[in-house]
Amino acid sequence: MRDYGVFDILGPVMIGPSSSHTAGAARLAKVAGNIAGSNIKKVEFMLHGSFGQTYKGHGTDKALIAGILNMDPWDENLKRSFEIAEEKGIEVVFTVEDMGDVHPNTVKFIITKEDGRITEVTGSSIGGGNIYVFDIDGQSVEFTGERPTLLTQHKDTPGVISKISSLFYDQNVNIGTMKVYRSGKGKATMALETDSAIPDDIINKIMNMEEVENVEFINPILEGGA
Amino acid sequence: MFVSSGRELTEICREENLTIYEYTIREEVEKSGLSREKVIEKMKGTLHVMMNSATYAQENEIKSVSGLIGGDAYKIRQYADGEKTLTGDFMNRAMARALSSSEVNAAMGKIVACPTAGSCGIVPAVVISAGEKLQKTEEDLINALFTASGVGIIIAKNATLAGAEGGCQAECGSAAAMASAAVVEMMGGTPEQALNAAAIVFKNVMGLVCDPVAGLVEVPCAKRNIAGTVSALTTADLAMSGVESKIPFDEVVWAMHKVGKALPSELRETAMGGIAITPTGQRLKKEIFGE
Repeated sequence: MRDYGVFDILGPVMIGPSSSHTAGAARLAKVAGNIAGSNIKKVEFMLHGSFGQTYKGHGTDKALIAGILNMDPWDENLKRSFEIAEEKGIEVVFTVEDMGDVHPNTVKFIITKEDGRITEVTGSSIGGGNIYVFDIDGQSVEFTGERPTLLTQHKDTPGVISKISSLFYDQNVNIGTMKVYRSGKGKATMALETDSAIPDDIINKIMNMEEVENVEFINPILEGGA
Repeated sequence: MFVSSGRELTEICREENLTIYEYTIREEVEKSGLSREKVIEKMKGTLHVMMNSATYAQENEIKSVSGLIGGDAYKIRQYADGEKTLTGDFMNRAMARALSSSEVNAAMGKIVACPTAGSCGIVPAVVISAGEKLQKTEEDLINALFTASGVGIIIAKNATLAGAEGGCQAECGSAAAMASAAVVEMMGGTPEQALNAAAIVFKNVMGLVCDPVAGLVEVPCAKRNIAGTVSALTTADLAMSGVESKIPFDEVVWAMHKVGKALPSELRETAMGGIAITPTGQRLKKEIFGE
């Protein structure tokens, strides 16, 4: 029997109309935008299943753009996101695509940055505003964005994971979940979720590790900030 | 950990001489690790979002994103302020409040999912209307929201709050049950009386299906928020008069869950049954989404 808090029942505070099609969509897009980083030039949203069929009526399109613009699911500017994206010169495109056997509320974000670099993120909105991301640039991952999350791409050699985890141990930050995926060609991807905030110091040290090619840090999206 | 049944809840409240809201606040402090002040402050923020959503569409004629609904909360408010209503300005204003939050939700405004976005009109309309009538303080309204969430926790643990799993009885039904219990405590009723109210509300909507036109949280959802609000308010009076539910709360919740699971998937938020597939429902869907 699951345990609930009062704000699981009276909450979340959100922009309507749907926790899965609006609030969850905004949250997912915010995570995708964070993974891509700043200076986004263009985003193509590939919508699967129920998202593809009903996105206009639920404002899913507005919510997705809002998330890319780093808005939270309770930001009242969410419904103006098309205009805001235009003001910022961010091009948005919506396409409908059958992605096969995935959750009905799934989006693939194809994000192009000003320098031409492309990041692809795929995830699902699974109800009640909850989400998970399951693919980044063709690499399988799995995380929910509910806790501070660190994503690394590193050389698939012995000792890398132990070096990274000892940095967390040194600063008494507990690692809640950790998943490592081998992407072939001697590379690996890791998604690591912690119970408390990840100090910048740790992120910098990981970035400076010789075996690590890329580090992305995703802050949890917590309601009200308090 | 929060108790798992209505029976345990009334027992613990009796033994320790607590209200449901006081027990719920204590459990939340324990679970969240936040101070009592912080937990209450957070609920105050929740109440304020509710107050805004319950008011806005009464004063502004708004339209939903799809264009399917809107402007009715404004209409009811105008009517409520006149002299010719049958059920009086209290009930009409409560109905306007319920619809206001639902219209704000459908127009991409800010709401509290309580327990869901589709049922977001009921708890605010009931608690705010009863509070106004009984001249209660903000603190009383905040306490009422803790009562509502305490009852909601027990429903969530034993059944479901999702239309996709249990139909509208699980969404608007739960919202109305939570709201009715909250008002009973606000009126000085006992935890037993509060759960009697919740049980009676559920029994009266047992089997209510989730059949949204075009899959949108608009038709019939918005008006079911009105129905839930009226039921919660009248049932609070029933419970306060001493009327009891012949079937205990826990068993009614069990039955609601069982009925929800027995509903065919067509009647659980898939827009493939009920009023969603009426000729007019289908036509509206085409108008919104094209083919």
